[in-house]
Amino acid sequence: MTVPDATGPAARPRPTPLRAVHERLGAVMTGFAGWLMPLRYRSETAEHQAVRTAAGLFDLSHMGEITVTGPGAAGALNYALTGQPSRLQPGRARYTMICAEDGGILDDLIVYRLAGEEFLVVANAANTGVVAAALAERAAGSGARVTDRTADYALIAIQGPRAARILAGLTTASLDDLRYYASARAAVAGRDVLLARTGYTGEDGFELFTSPGDAEHVWTELSGAGRGDGLVPAGLAARDTLRLEAGMPLYGNELSRDVTPFEAGLGRVVKLGKPGGFVGQAALASRAETGPVKVLTGLAMDTRRVPRHGYPVLWDGSRCGTVTSGAPSPTLRMPIAMAYLEPETAKLAAGDAETRLAVDIRGRAEPARLVDLPFYHRAS
Amino acid sequence: MTVPEELRYTPEHEWVAFDGLTASVGITDYAQNALGDVVYVSVPGPGTRVTAGEPCGEVESTKSVSDIYSPVDGEVAEVNGEIEDDPALVNSDPYGAGWLMKVRLDNDGSEPEGLLTADEYSQLTAEADAGAE
Repeated sequence: MTVPDATGPAARPRPTPLRAVHERLGAVMTGFAGWLMPLRYRSETAEHQAVRTAAGLFDLSHMGEITVTGPGAAGALNYALTGQPSRLQPGRARYTMICAEDGGILDDLIVYRLAGEEFLVVANAANTGVVAAALAERAAGSGARVTDRTADYALIAIQGPRAARILAGLTTASLDDLRYYASARAAVAGRDVLLARTGYTGEDGFELFTSPGDAEHVWTELSGAGRGDGLVPAGLAARDTLRLEAGMPLYGNELSRDVTPFEAGLGRVVKLGKPGGFVGQAALASRAETGPVKVLTGLAMDTRRVPRHGYPVLWDGSRCGTVTSGAPSPTLRMPIAMAYLEPETAKLAAGDAETRLAVDIRGRAEPARLVDLPFYHRAS
Repeated sequence: MTVPEELRYTPEHEWVAFDGLTASVGITDYAQNALGDVVYVSVPGPGTRVTAGEPCGEVESTKSVSDIYSPVDGEVAEVNGEIEDDPALVNSDPYGAGWLMKVRLDNDGSEPEGLLTADEYSQLTAEADAGAE
């Protein structure tokens, strides 16, 4: 058999401030977007289950942090992004996108409004440079200042139904008052952090932006506080299956320069009516009018063979789309996938009682069922 | 990582144990660790011919799928039914309960050429890890 290269092709990936912690925990490390990241610590399936039933601790320090500050910041972001950050209250955050002039997605982002004239834009690791450059270019002349501050932050996430009660013991912040997609400056384990109630797992949870020097202390304290509650460290492998079950897109898989937010089923992030215009507006308005050229759908398999990124999707034996992400779902106990289908086929397949839909898994057509996204919805 | 002395190995990370005219085949500890959680294993049914160096099955893990290459020429005599229900055995006990198949050998039971000793296989994986650093 051939085994995956444990550290990936990237030469000398950049370690995070938590590298020593991962080494002590015996993590399997992998190169990801130029960073040396924990892929898993023990069993990725057990890590996944822990996040669904208890809590998991993630090192996400590879994510990009870009600040946009100054009197022109809100206006510059309205122009640069598909959303309308000027409408955010300080202390609130929004999922949004940055598109090219032709409407193609450059990245998906979370924008936090930290104060009236201070925004934090969190970008995917692989796209941080592109996003920072695009923001700087689009903010030119606005008076806003764009700074890539990725090196100034570590990012730790604690996710899962027990995340709040574990964190509550270490902070004076009132977590009940910190709503989903809100953020606040807070002390956690005696260190100043930006505490946000956001995540990428489909569970309740928090993301803690710390200084690199505080990261190990905060990680260790959280880890200790959560021991009795079943908190475990969780790697990128678990993060990927968690977000897939939750129907959350991943840049490079579901999202790319080749699609607009409408193909991804995320037209809601495009605020066509906002005042002042924005980059990609004409192309996106036109796509909103004509409808998406392909549709992101959920697939569930009855076989145990797993659809993977790039596998063809078939309708009556003919190619009708492509798998963007696929994995064995630990929660549903079957292989699941997201795939782009031709809009016509997606409509037919939605009403199809027979199994005319299939995924070509390494040369053999395996029956697939169209299912609603997300695959998993947390209770409550 | 364990590499039992008495087994023979392929550069593709299968192990083989010779016992008279039969050989047991599985994947190594190194392989299961690199793959992560194994969720499904497909091996050819009894009576199927397998050829040394040719793919004869696949291992699905959370992150990837990999071909299994037969280390020997022969006919599949038995497959491990336990891993159908519990593929995680390949992770927890790769050289024991996680074995994949038994092959009736074409020859008189002598070891085919090209297989690696435990020392040679350990060296191969050490080099692979060093190359990845």
